[in-house]
Amino acid sequence: MGKKKRKMPGLNTSSTADISFMLLIFFLVTTSMDTDQGLSRTLPKPPEEEDLNKEIKVKERNCLRIRMNKDNEIMVGDLFTITPRYDRDGTLKIDPEDAKLFMAATEQFIANKENSPKLPELIVKNVKLLGQMPVTKNHVISVQTDRGTSYGIYFQVQDILVHAYNNLRDELGKEKFGYKYEFLTKEQQSAIREVYPQKISEAEPKQYGKPI
Amino acid sequence: MPELNTSSLPDLIFSVLFFFMMVTSMREVTYKVRFDRPAGTQLEKLARKSCTSFIYIGRPTEQYAAVYGSGTRVQLNDDVADANAVYDHVMDDRNTMAESDKPFYTVSLKVDKDAPMGIITDVKQELRKAYALKIVYSAVKDKK
Repeated sequence: MGKKKRKMPGLNTSSTADISFMLLIFFLVTTSMDTDQGLSRTLPKPPEEEDLNKEIKVKERNCLRIRMNKDNEIMVGDLFTITPRYDRDGTLKIDPEDAKLFMAATEQFIANKENSPKLPELIVKNVKLLGQMPVTKNHVISVQTDRGTSYGIYFQVQDILVHAYNNLRDELGKEKFGYKYEFLTKEQQSAIREVYPQKISEAEPKQYGKPI
Repeated sequence: MPELNTSSLPDLIFSVLFFFMMVTSMREVTYKVRFDRPAGTQLEKLARKSCTSFIYIGRPTEQYAAVYGSGTRVQLNDDVADANAVYDHVMDDRNTMAESDKPFYTVSLKVDKDAPMGIITDVKQELRKAYALKIVYSAVKDKK
């Protein structure tokens, strides 16, 4: 019997491409590409020993105090109070009408366009690209919460405050450069930021009674 | 007409696959607390995910309620802890980071909208102590 060396047939690999395609698609689907969204804030540095004793004095007219209690009632300065209600989905929400009122009051406070003696003092400042601008340089919005305040309400308040700033910036952008804030160049944006700097302070926590 | 040689196609696809496996990150943690984030309209996108650590705050899910109770808790990586563990967690996280990334270190707070502010205030005080001053209140886009 003559033994003939048989040639080994090549492994059929035409389906490997399909298999790896499947793996690729699996990875594309399962991995997260979504970016996180949110409101960014910068916390103040931790207080030093000596800072704790001396309190920073802010003129009364320069400060807008927003207080929230454990029943989620919001007090805006001494202007008005807002009571959020549960909507159909069971989330606590600030009424849109109240939100509008709140936003208008905040905008009025930040800009002080009428130069009212009750609102923050206007200081003339030389801003690049814009020249001499009256700026409420020393204004502060202070947000105070109780330990029992719901985070949802706190977040909505923060969102409204940022919205007020954004409205004013858009308005100034349109007036001076013809475009909304987000469509301006970097220099223009920083000029507008100088006129309306975002100053939302997180008050040092105070303990009223026992923590929950 | 000669047939097109497709023998290198699997190798090609495999290299694309490996590229994706390297670049993207699988979700690393299992959520032990439930956080239903609040909705907002003025949100910004988080710039660098690689320099961000996440803190989840909410009530433990049903599965873990027996172990961790039903009160609002803080989840750091895979551990459910209290606010005072945040300092160590942040320090550890930041130390494993590349030196060039450290100035951009951000903490993203994924908090349930029904959580009380007390625990968030405690977490924020810990973050201040650790000099992790950039924070993001994570939220979902308000659909209107």
